[in-house]
Amino acid sequence: MMKIAVLVKEVPDTWSDRRIDPATKRVDRSGDVVIDEINEKAVEVALQTKESGGGEVTAVTMGPKNALDAVRKALAMGADAGIHIIDDALGGSDAVQTSAALAAALGSRGFDLIIAGNESTDGRTASIPAMLAERLGMAQATFLRTLSVADGAVSGERMTEDGHVEITATLPAVVSVTEQIAEARFPNFKGIMAAKKKPVEVLTLSDLGIDAGDAGGANSWSVVDTVTVKPPREGGTVIKDDGTAGQQLADYLASAKLI
Amino acid sequence: MSQVLVLVELTDGKPADSTRELLAAAAMLGEPAAVVVAEPGVAKALAADLAKLGAATVYAAGVAGADALLVTPQVAALAAAASTAGPTAVIVGSTPDSREAGARLAVRLGGAYLSDVLAIDANGTVTQTAFGGSYNVTASAAKGVAVISIRSNSIDGAAAAASGTVVDLDVSSDSAPTTAITARHEAVAAAERPALKAANIVVSGGRGLGSKEKFVLVEELADSLGAALGASRAAVDAGYCEHNLQVGQTGTTVSPNLYIAVGISGAIQHLAGMQSSKTIVAINKDENSPIFDIADFGIVGDLFTVVPQFMEAVKARKTS
Ligand SMILES: Cc1cc2nc3c(=O)[nH]c(=O)nc-3n(C[C@H](O)[C@H](O)[C@H](O)COP(=O)(O)OP(=O)(O)OC[C@H]3O[C@@H](n4cnc5c(N)ncnc54)[C@H](O)[C@@H]3O)c2cc1C
Ligand SMILES: Nc1ncnc2c1ncn2[C@@H]1O[C@H](COP(=O)(O)O)[C@@H](O)[C@H]1O
Repeated sequence: MMKIAVLVKEVPDTWSDRRIDPATKRVDRSGDVVIDEINEKAVEVALQTKESGGGEVTAVTMGPKNALDAVRKALAMGADAGIHIIDDALGGSDAVQTSAALAAALGSRGFDLIIAGNESTDGRTASIPAMLAERLGMAQATFLRTLSVADGAVSGERMTEDGHVEITATLPAVVSVTEQIAEARFPNFKGIMAAKKKPVEVLTLSDLGIDAGDAGGANSWSVVDTVTVKPPREGGTVIKDDGTAGQQLADYLASAKLI
Repeated sequence: MSQVLVLVELTDGKPADSTRELLAAAAMLGEPAAVVVAEPGVAKALAADLAKLGAATVYAAGVAGADALLVTPQVAALAAAASTAGPTAVIVGSTPDSREAGARLAVRLGGAYLSDVLAIDANGTVTQTAFGGSYNVTASAAKGVAVISIRSNSIDGAAAAASGTVVDLDVSSDSAPTTAITARHEAVAAAERPALKAANIVVSGGRGLGSKEKFVLVEELADSLGAALGASRAAVDAGYCEHNLQVGQTGTTVSPNLYIAVGISGAIQHLAGMQSSKTIVAINKDENSPIFDIADFGIVGDLFTVVPQFMEAVKARKTS
């Protein structure tokens, strides 16, 4: 039976006015937060993989109280169990620390496949999947826009800047998926009700065996020194096409020496 | 002066265009040293090119079948070079391969990973942006080696030419499980049009184009201006063009001198990838489209009449 972990993250809604708290220099997570869209797609892939080959899907998150909603969403979609890594001491972790905590939670559980999004919409480091592969000594099959699992291997098309490459890796592997991978299913009422009864394991710093002296923003490898808001961009001239707009645009761009 | 390692990206076996700026960034922090992974015997041949671009040292890892292995040989080579050089910083590019090699290296060496960096100063403080360019952030490594991934076309100038002394690396003992690259589908057609990230002008089309066939209009517009071609996610999802043309939150971030949005509504996630363009032009038939809130020059009109007329006017200027 395939053991599949899917990594989900609760992020500020991209439709909302996202903020960095100037005092803490951290992402303000007090506004509208949602499961990152890419992680819904990762859950979809995990469920499809389970449905075609059998298995068990565990949704894993690290984050404050709200982050549990991302796990609940995955459970409502059909994941079997959840893991929530939560500890005040983990606040302000950088990517290297986050990967350490996730690796500590995932490491000894014998997952065949760990599925993540390629890049989160808040941190945008696109680094956690590769870091996990490094820490767990698993192969990395990342930035996949298609994915198939067969005969103990995962294969798919990896997005590159100029197109894509076909890759294949032997399990166990860490996989990350891009937004082309699939459309996520909507949880139905039955799923939402069932999710309430599914087990969610809570892990703290001491459960993970991470030293408090290595954890959180006070001990991070990278630090944010300054955060400045850029003034919002102002609109300029808007004209209604009276039959000469194309000509006017050419005149405008020429006078600005842009063409 | 301590060495600063640069992971050299290769295109068709030659140092990629990014090499200049990566070595220039390294020169701001110390003595640039290039790290190259290639078929055995090949990397050395690149030393002269790399020396011209500023590499005082060229760490060459010969790996059989290097081109068919994903990321792990590069991580092993960087780690091996680091154990010889004891660098203060490591500079990598912005392709997925380089970003992931950098991320893994930060874990392997114990260090900070600083992603998508736009500028760098002599103290090692880097500038990044957050939330689609709404914030400027400066950051630095608090401890360990700083692994810095540079967004392409961010660093001007070049490092002074150096000697390019070759040091061979043996990475055969690397034990990381590998991923095989079994085929490549990478259009070299890039030569016909400027790359999205590097272009001076970007012309992007959205769902307003209506079909793949009609999307050709923005391609023609781009070509008439010598511009790169971009697209909204809705246009990509509808199959009007390739996914790697997507501009925005989950696509490429661009900041050209001129950005022309055609039939794009201006959803917040699209703006996140282009709102730091110097001049923004929008053509959209709906005057309430949010794209007009940030456009320097907006046209409320039918793109199928405005764009052809504009192209005619541009042609007339060129010939007159
Ligand atoms: C997590 C997340 C990430 C996302 N990332 C991205 C991203 O990276 N990039 C991105 O672009 N989007 C992204 N989106 C999607 C975004 O929300 C919008 O759905 C998308 O940008 C809309 O594309 P569009 O403007 O082409 O389409 P629409 O919003 O449908 O707009 C089409 C426009 O064309 C105009 N039009 C139609 N016909 C004509 C005509 N004949 N002449 C003139 N105008 C015409 C219409 O008035 C309309 O304004 C993301 C969304 C989410 C949730
Ligand atoms: N705190 C977290 N909890 C769970 N998964 C995470 C977390 N941070 C990152 N990930 C996973 O890693 C992917 C890439 O994120 P990032 O490397 O931060 O851009 C995300 O889509 C998630 O799948």
